[in-house]
Amino acid sequence: MAKQDKRSVGWMGLKRGHRARPLEWIVEKFIFMVSLSAIVMVFLIFLFVAREALPVALGQTNSSLVKKTIAPDQMEKLSRTELMEYLELTPKQFAQMDKETLKDLMLVKVEAAAEAPNDKDAPLNTTTWSMLFKPHQWTGYDQPEYIWQPISQIHKYNLVPLIIGSLKTTLIALLFAVPLALAAAIYVSQLADPKTKEWLKPAIELLAGIPSVVLGFFALLVMASVMQAVFGYQSRLNAFVAGIALALAVIPVVFSIAEDALTSVPRSFTQAALALGSSKWQAAWKIVLPAAIPGVFAAVVLGFGRAIGETMVVLMASGNASIVSGSLFDSTRSMTATIAAELAETVFGGHHYRILFLIGALLFIVTFLSNMVADIVIHRLKAKLEGKA
Amino acid sequence: MPPKSPPPEAPFESALQRRRRWKLLIAKQDAVPWTFQSTTLGLDSKFFTGLTGFATFLILALLAVILGNIIFNGLPGLTWRFITSGTEKDMFDVNKAGILPMILGTAARVILMTIFVIPIGVITAIYLTEYAHSTSLYTRVIRGAVNNLAGVPSIVFGLFGLGFFINYVGGSMDALFNPVNAEPVWGKPAILWASLTLAVMTLPVVIVATEESLRAIPPGLREASLALGATKLETILRIVLPQALPGILTGGILSVSRAAGEVAPILFTGAAYYMATLPTHLYDQFMDLSYHVFILSTQSPNIEKTRPILYATVLALLMLTFALNIVAILIRARMRKRMRTLH
Repeated sequence: MAKQDKRSVGWMGLKRGHRARPLEWIVEKFIFMVSLSAIVMVFLIFLFVAREALPVALGQTNSSLVKKTIAPDQMEKLSRTELMEYLELTPKQFAQMDKETLKDLMLVKVEAAAEAPNDKDAPLNTTTWSMLFKPHQWTGYDQPEYIWQPISQIHKYNLVPLIIGSLKTTLIALLFAVPLALAAAIYVSQLADPKTKEWLKPAIELLAGIPSVVLGFFALLVMASVMQAVFGYQSRLNAFVAGIALALAVIPVVFSIAEDALTSVPRSFTQAALALGSSKWQAAWKIVLPAAIPGVFAAVVLGFGRAIGETMVVLMASGNASIVSGSLFDSTRSMTATIAAELAETVFGGHHYRILFLIGALLFIVTFLSNMVADIVIHRLKAKLEGKA
Repeated sequence: MPPKSPPPEAPFESALQRRRRWKLLIAKQDAVPWTFQSTTLGLDSKFFTGLTGFATFLILALLAVILGNIIFNGLPGLTWRFITSGTEKDMFDVNKAGILPMILGTAARVILMTIFVIPIGVITAIYLTEYAHSTSLYTRVIRGAVNNLAGVPSIVFGLFGLGFFINYVGGSMDALFNPVNAEPVWGKPAILWASLTLAVMTLPVVIVATEESLRAIPPGLREASLALGATKLETILRIVLPQALPGILTGGILSVSRAAGEVAPILFTGAAYYMATLPTHLYDQFMDLSYHVFILSTQSPNIEKTRPILYATVLALLMLTFALNIVAILIRARMRKRMRTLH
């Protein structure tokens, strides 16, 4: 940092002829500390979501139903740590238990092992990375498949159906929202006369004021029925309905950022084009839009982040069946909806709980990257345009 | 066709006369057909202007259809009794259900949230506009973090609230205050944790709105205050902040409207399906208006029968968030107008 970056003058505001102002100095430092809160929060979010997911990521969880058991009368031979690990207890819990309870717990383990299903999938640990992302040949299926069935007897935790579900709804939403929002942004920022513009912009941004649970409700009750009547597909709630409803949430994001980028192109660009005899549309399409194209790109990237992270709309309108299929009219289950629907029923600290946090961490990473890309692109664009203006 | 030379000047022409003369001249020139401009070019332009205008219209039409549908279907059910009565265990009974506890729950969590978020948001905005260099690395990173925070999915905030506030902070508080008691007091979903989670989520809204209003204050005001011998902090407290009050208000209102409609962050951090009593402590759970919309539309035993109360609840929620939004827009418009006259 350069020298003039120092905000307060010397130590406690004391320097060559200044009176000491310790209070002011302290308040300034305090203001600086508080301003770091946004950075701290982003950091904490990642830290604490990832912390819960870490055991899965490091392969420390084991969901297999058949484990090696130790007979209760062998207890004396085990060391304290071995016993603790075997019974899956925390040191605190372990300290609270007496010998009898521990013996009972060991007996329960043996009984549970005897009751485990006689299935060749039962001994599998379904929480490894390869089980999370690669297809597996389950008993009773003809070929290796991607399956998300965390509540079934054998916990199947394949994330691929959820990722496909999320991408499907996001793609449909972007296909609808981006052209509409961009066209509206061009119209409002370049073609509409100033008086109309004054009320058009807040009117479209009012769309952002509709809570996502209301959009989900509308998709569930009204849009789903209307669209089924129009297109005549089978399942009432599907990726298509969810995608269209999601588009309503994405439009204001794409619109306001694209409009902002288009407006930040200096007026002189348009004026020069008009003076050379172009029409208003030509000036907008061939001069302003190319100049603002990084901003448009950023708008689309942020729209993507909004769409993939939206929860309530997808939870209510997509039907929530975790199927891998190419059809847009099949019911799907997205990553966000899975977290919202299943977390309340999981055992605290269990493998299902941890895998849902892993999905959350993945979502955070995806949106973090898309936000960062958009932020850098917009920053560069603004610097470039302001330099030129 | 080249424009003709202007008509000869009158010997004593006033400014008004000159303007009239030029206006006449321009009107005449516009009447001349511009032969070199191809007709297809004009058509193109009209077509695309129409097309983009249509897209704008389509978005507004969608908005109007949604609002119209909800208002039309919701208004008959939104009676005084419905708003002011509590709900019994059976919240799906059309004649008995009420939403007062949900409205109070939402209001409580939102007010708690503003207590946390406004001071932090305003102080951050003050640092960014008054102290930081706009090009320094700190500023860049803080701004990046603010934008990033605005884009984190709401469900991830819910996970964060569970992992950080409930498990970590709440768990530590339990261990500290009552280590013998096995039943957690703080380490479980509560209105305090829901509000804190929402405060983290709406921090960017407050920062951005406050920053905008701080930038709108003419630098001359600050310079005048400094020239009279006030210190920087005195200038900020006595001159800058009072001027920025409408902007801070807008930020607060927008964050409230955003938070009131969110469900995902409070799913695991405090909202309850049903509670017999209103929350009286910070560690109580609460019933919530937007979560209630979710319950009514997905858990109803007979969706056709409960449709009137569902629509009425949605309308109540929408009126709450929209009223706040419109107030914010009006304050902001007035602020911008004043800024234009001041600069």
